[in-house]
Amino acid sequence: MEIPYIYKARPDTGLYNAKVGIWLFLASEIMLFGALFSAYILLRVSAPVGFWPETALAWPRGLLNIPIGTFNTAVLITSSVTVVMAWASLQMNKFSHFRVYMVITVLCAFAFLGIKSFEYNDKFSHYVVQLKSGKAVTGHIEVNGKHPRFWNFSDQWSLARLTTESVKEISITVDPERDKHGHVKSHSNHAHENKTIATDDIQFLGSYTPATHPFFAVYFLITALHGLHVLGGALVLAYFAFPGAKMWKDNPQQFINRIEVGGLFWHFVDLVWIFLFPVVYLL
Amino acid sequence: MQTATQPHSHSHDHASHDHAHHEPGFFSKYIFSTDHKIIGIQYGVSALIFLLFGFLLMLAMRYQLAYPGQPVPLVGSLLQKFLGDDLAKGGVMQGDLYNSFGAMHGTIMVFLAIVPILFGSFGNYVTPLQIGAPDMAFPRLNMASFHAYFLGGVIMFASFFTPGGAARSGWTSYSPLASVTDLVNRFDGQTYWLIGMVFLITSSLLGSVNFIATIIQLRCRGMSWMRMPFFVWTQFITGFLLLLAFPPLEAAGIMQLMDNLFGSSFFLPAGLVVDGAALGVSGGGSPLLWQHLFWFLGHPEVYVLILPAIGIVAEVIANNTRKPLWGYKSMVYATMSVGFLSFIVWAHHMYLTGMGTKIATFFQTTTMMISIPSVIILTALFISLWGGSIRFNSASLFALSFLPMFGIGGLTGLPLGFNASDVYLHDSYYVIGHFHYVVAPGTMFAVFAGIYYWFPKISGRQMNETLGKIHWAGSLFFMNCVFAPMFIQGFKGMSRRMYDGGTTYFAGVDPTALSLNKMITMSAIGLGLFQLPFINNFFYSIFAGKKVTSDNPWDATTMEWSTPTPPPHGNFTSEPVAYRGPYEYSVLGSKTDFTPQTQKP
Repeated sequence: MEIPYIYKARPDTGLYNAKVGIWLFLASEIMLFGALFSAYILLRVSAPVGFWPETALAWPRGLLNIPIGTFNTAVLITSSVTVVMAWASLQMNKFSHFRVYMVITVLCAFAFLGIKSFEYNDKFSHYVVQLKSGKAVTGHIEVNGKHPRFWNFSDQWSLARLTTESVKEISITVDPERDKHGHVKSHSNHAHENKTIATDDIQFLGSYTPATHPFFAVYFLITALHGLHVLGGALVLAYFAFPGAKMWKDNPQQFINRIEVGGLFWHFVDLVWIFLFPVVYLL
Repeated sequence: MQTATQPHSHSHDHASHDHAHHEPGFFSKYIFSTDHKIIGIQYGVSALIFLLFGFLLMLAMRYQLAYPGQPVPLVGSLLQKFLGDDLAKGGVMQGDLYNSFGAMHGTIMVFLAIVPILFGSFGNYVTPLQIGAPDMAFPRLNMASFHAYFLGGVIMFASFFTPGGAARSGWTSYSPLASVTDLVNRFDGQTYWLIGMVFLITSSLLGSVNFIATIIQLRCRGMSWMRMPFFVWTQFITGFLLLLAFPPLEAAGIMQLMDNLFGSSFFLPAGLVVDGAALGVSGGGSPLLWQHLFWFLGHPEVYVLILPAIGIVAEVIANNTRKPLWGYKSMVYATMSVGFLSFIVWAHHMYLTGMGTKIATFFQTTTMMISIPSVIILTALFISLWGGSIRFNSASLFALSFLPMFGIGGLTGLPLGFNASDVYLHDSYYVIGHFHYVVAPGTMFAVFAGIYYWFPKISGRQMNETLGKIHWAGSLFFMNCVFAPMFIQGFKGMSRRMYDGGTTYFAGVDPTALSLNKMITMSAIGLGLFQLPFINNFFYSIFAGKKVTSDNPWDATTMEWSTPTPPPHGNFTSEPVAYRGPYEYSVLGSKTDFTPQTQKP
């Protein structure tokens, strides 16, 4: 006996096997991201007040770049539209259109990842410095005339490292001032100001990375996991667009099904971002 | 989703190709097989090995509890040789080694032995046969699921030999304890544990997607939902539990991994002091978060451990009482209710964490609610015995003793579910007694019943009945001698965490509680000895057992018995059709006392 309903729908359920499979898989993915979002909420509501040095708030706000995030949202939504167009083109038997739409989808995915890595890079070289006077400043630092780089983990600076390597002072390009909601104050000078801080005056020093605050830990975890989903999905869609497209000749129905299933996953990835963007960037 | 779609076309071509043209080689037949029956056997063999391993860990721990500070007999020198002086100086189990054996006993038994044997092995082998399917819906995912499980097992096993030994923060790996066990070597046993868990969770995800899709899509003609054997129902609900409850633990595992490797503080509060020095982390995390995420899996997991076991017992009881199951539909609906409710009871493991009395009250209420469908299932099974002409073979003896044993396990859970009584009993030996009654004489007896019951279908040979009955009698006696005294120790206030068996705490206060340690240890050794007839029987019968003369040696009604023995690739020789319900035993006016589902009306 052969396995039935591989690409034909089972009459009483109206579904082919892979469609059941992908919906179940997405259900489990919802639980995965649901747990991460719940963790975000729980960490945020239980964060001790005054923990984040800059604003005297429990939870850092306004540290992510909203225009870039908005642009990335638009990029992902575009890719969701094109993946549907790709599927619809196959339904209308226009294979060349399918390929164009699929290529756009994959390009959008890589554009998203490229922009995200730009944001990541910025965070890794961004530092919060709390002074012994109680005041805190944030910005990009230079130590011994060099910017720390994120791809080199040993290049992260901490107060302990400054002391052991007997660095006397660091220079910092200070961020514009923010109010307690995290918005940039209107009267603040937008031109970036350079400051020099003596090591002896520093109480705490940490980059915008997971070790510095649970906000960054949860931000990096959710966005990185989402990024991995984008990457995985893009690779599979790229496979469907080129080598996997051979199936269009042998078994068009199964190929359409694959694109549908792939598209469902892609919409899910998009949907996660649509929750992620307001929760992490805006709220 | 590439993997979700791909298997069909290819394995589909492959399957017919292999089947029709040539016998596959050793590797493609036994290692990279996509046949659900081979995968079921792979799961079964691996899980039985892990079961034995987990049991041996426990024996070593039990020896330390009964004779604290004395070298472990037989294996003491080996422990010292392989694990070093820090863990086993002079063959004596040190505190850290006891902790790591305890953590790994739990982990191995739950994630590497019992779930794989119930879901991976019996589920894989029997479910497609019982619904008249040629294979699982996604055969290559099925293979990947086994491989992920196996790799996870290898990682867990390898962790014993890392510097500092395997994970030693309990099978629950509570933070911050789990994040501070080794502050120098961050790639310690706990990190291995987390990576191993990610593999095991992946395995269970692939498996559960496959099971649910198979049961929804591949039921044969006439196999309506209410004609499915109860075992299939339990697998179906279990599939949902694994699918939805495991991902939060995966999330939690990744967070703890980040805490351990990247210095984040998901679960670490501010101001933590370890060994007299402030821990150099930012803090600001929540230890409660780990416990919530862990038990969100942990409690449905309990039902993953018990539902398929109930399914096996139901099959064996219906067959051996020669009666339909009493209240099949209520059992199905009760199983669904258990499945649903199991997602909203998790914090009853956390009454003492300070999460608040209002939350505790909520979870106390849901916990009492979930006992109702559980009791419905158990009662239906008891009533099923009424008026039956019961055949007492090895399978049925194990299934019959499952009922009271699981009953004890379930009823002793009630005082733990009430938060007032839990305050006293929490973390005592009472808890150990309670859940072991559920999973050891409960689930394990169902596993044995299943092995004795389906062995003839899998191997084409019968297991020896006399050895089976010796195995049953000894196991039943010693199981109770091991676990019943734990209730007494628990009532006397003995903590489950003391690696010297409570000597320091109880000396001069209550010698009876201490003397029970020796009795439990002796009984555990006895329990081990009574598994020898089973091991002997198992291997002897594979090669030299009495050959079965019919495809349906137990005169059973369900569909797995309508296949050739053992079932070939593709399972059925012609397309099966279900004409009737699963348990048409002793139908009035019928020539035989059983009417198979495939028999035309």
